[in-house]
Amino acid sequence: MENMVNVYLFGKKYQVPAGLTIMTAMEYAGYELVRGCGCRNGFCGACATIYRIKGESALHGCLACQTEVQEGMYVATLPFFPLEKKVYDIEEIKPTEQIMMQLYPEIYSCIGCNACTKACTQELNVMQYIAYAQRGEYEKCAEESFDCVMCGVCSSRCPAGISHPQVAMLARRLNGKYIAPECGHLADRVKEIDEGAFNELIESLMQKPIEEMKELYNNRDIEQ
Amino acid sequence: MYKIDKLNELAKIVAEKREANAALEPRRMTAEEKDTLLATFHPDYKQDEFTVLSAGVNKGDKVPTQLAELLQGKSRITAADVDLSAPDYDTDVLIIGGGGAGASAAIEADEAGVKAMIVTKLRIGDANTMMAEGGIQAADKPNDSPAIHYIDAFGGGHFAAKPELVRKLVTKAPEAIQWLNKLGVEFDKEPDGTMVTTHGGGTSRKRMHAAKDYSGAEIMRTLRDEVINRGIPVIDFTAAIEIILDENGKAAGAVLMNIETKELLVARAKTVIIATGGAGRLHYQGFPTSNHYGATADGLILGYRVGARLLYADTLQYHPTGTGYPEQIFGALVTEKVRSLGAKLVNIDGEVFMHPLETRDVTAASIIRECTERNKGVETSLGKAVWLDTPMIEYKHGEGTIEKRIPAMMRMFGKYGIDIRKEPILVYPTLHYQNGGLNISEDCSTDVENLYAAGEVAGGIHGRNRLMGNSLLDVIVFGRNAGIYAAAKAKDTAVPEKLTLDHIERFNKELEESGAASGTASPMLLPHYARRSK
Repeated sequence: MENMVNVYLFGKKYQVPAGLTIMTAMEYAGYELVRGCGCRNGFCGACATIYRIKGESALHGCLACQTEVQEGMYVATLPFFPLEKKVYDIEEIKPTEQIMMQLYPEIYSCIGCNACTKACTQELNVMQYIAYAQRGEYEKCAEESFDCVMCGVCSSRCPAGISHPQVAMLARRLNGKYIAPECGHLADRVKEIDEGAFNELIESLMQKPIEEMKELYNNRDIEQ
Repeated sequence: MYKIDKLNELAKIVAEKREANAALEPRRMTAEEKDTLLATFHPDYKQDEFTVLSAGVNKGDKVPTQLAELLQGKSRITAADVDLSAPDYDTDVLIIGGGGAGASAAIEADEAGVKAMIVTKLRIGDANTMMAEGGIQAADKPNDSPAIHYIDAFGGGHFAAKPELVRKLVTKAPEAIQWLNKLGVEFDKEPDGTMVTTHGGGTSRKRMHAAKDYSGAEIMRTLRDEVINRGIPVIDFTAAIEIILDENGKAAGAVLMNIETKELLVARAKTVIIATGGAGRLHYQGFPTSNHYGATADGLILGYRVGARLLYADTLQYHPTGTGYPEQIFGALVTEKVRSLGAKLVNIDGEVFMHPLETRDVTAASIIRECTERNKGVETSLGKAVWLDTPMIEYKHGEGTIEKRIPAMMRMFGKYGIDIRKEPILVYPTLHYQNGGLNISEDCSTDVENLYAAGEVAGGIHGRNRLMGNSLLDVIVFGRNAGIYAAAKAKDTAVPEKLTLDHIERFNKELEESGAASGTASPMLLPHYARRSK
């Protein structure tokens, strides 16, 4: 007999084998998922979930695909949460403090309750990255928020109505485009290709008989 | 710590031999050794797992049995179910699929000034692109060149790729990185802007660009953000279930189904791009998969039914390092970057049994041999597996390397009590990638006029095996390419006058006559994981 645990899916009790994730427990219970299921590997944020263990006060945020079921778990999935995303032209905006004030002014209403950080499914320091965004420190905001999967659980807990993942998204794009150092060798290579520097060489490879290509491939130098 | 004592005991053997193993530079296999290994142990060579198609444009070709069932399956509709005279959507370029290729195509089509629209059965960004961890290749360093990249990719794919597609892949690679970077995608860089690059299996230069081990996620979320900024319509939770043709047999739209309400809708378009991704959720040969929930080969079915040929549909990629244990993440991807950073593959006796950076097909076959013929695998409740000695990374490069370079891996195993900085992990091949797909030309056009394909659903770019980092590259290069060419074609194309679904009846008839009709409703749309037998 398998070791079974009791979980409450949207309040209804099911017995499922211990060791399942919340997602596979739902499937074990008979749910054919359409919403709230994405990559099933912790990268896409589709399966944001809130749970509480019966008898405890703490409320937890998690990804259903990455969280093992526990005895007495009350589960509510959050397959969609209305985040506010502002539209902008990445070519027009600049990484100034003003841009956050203009697009996401609500971040300055943060009351410092830290509920976002406590709820984060990726264990990120969400309140800290919002603080960096407030100060226009986009490089730090980008780094601190890097592992965000944009599931939205943080925002569901925010009394100030902040859409944290969208703030972080903007900071990362600003950092990637404007703040991080430019790559010289990349620009050089694009220029060489545009000038046709490799055309002849590649054309000659395309014409070679397979046996010659095998020779080339099997005897090529491999960088250590 | 592993919850099973035996595994902790066995992990100690790996730890004891770590110093000696780290110093080893294992020999690479010869071409002959690789050929024999593949023929004996690679799943692509198991003939009884394939079925020869009896109907359609690839009649006589073999494909995985589960795919044959869908290709020779039954349309979800008949022509009478929809009113083609009153389309619900009208657009220039219809893009089916909201992953990396679809989003890139949409951005380029929009840039070209035509009306683009994305339909996706889940959400935009719910795609294998989001899950790509290790990186993206581009020959942009002084010691490298697109020609060397060409040799690596063409040879790694067993000399079977279409040369003109490989040329496009490698010569457009640096520009693809630059395009992403200008959109705001972050890449790992040195303080002076030099890209931090590593090897992948089968690369002869270090040209793997990454954004930690969230490379695909960083790219996908940025593309998604850009699609929304541009106001490109995204119709989510809506699957394409049939391609619509015009009276001349050219693609002219698609029948869509809201997958929640099952409502049928008609989209009319001047050109159509299929960018639906792969097929891991068909679980060929019973393998677990690293793929997205929606990876069910839909695009192959859509294209095949209207006469688009498949190329190399019989070749799949089993990523050598799927998670072998614990069960909650069984089959989940352990990025190749773990090996790029120096972790070696080790058997139950603590022996390094191969060079860790052979190509994926060779590495997968070698792990399968270790676990079968040689009987040197580690037994778990889920089957056999081999060790991937992750602590070797910090032994070589110092403490903190794992958290900085592969944080997603550390988190994924950490949730189950396994600290990959201190303990080796168990891996076994997992179904990862569809090497073949819809046959395309250099402009991403298929055999059906005005029908294009890009991304994992397309075939011919990687031959019979794909290198790490060439798939993220492929979705960007060919996604953009499809967007550019489909937009240009749309400009020269009038709004299709007469839409038809005659192909459904025609294909049904051919199936019936061939005796191969499976009767299975296809495309599959989503896998069926709900437990039904109580």
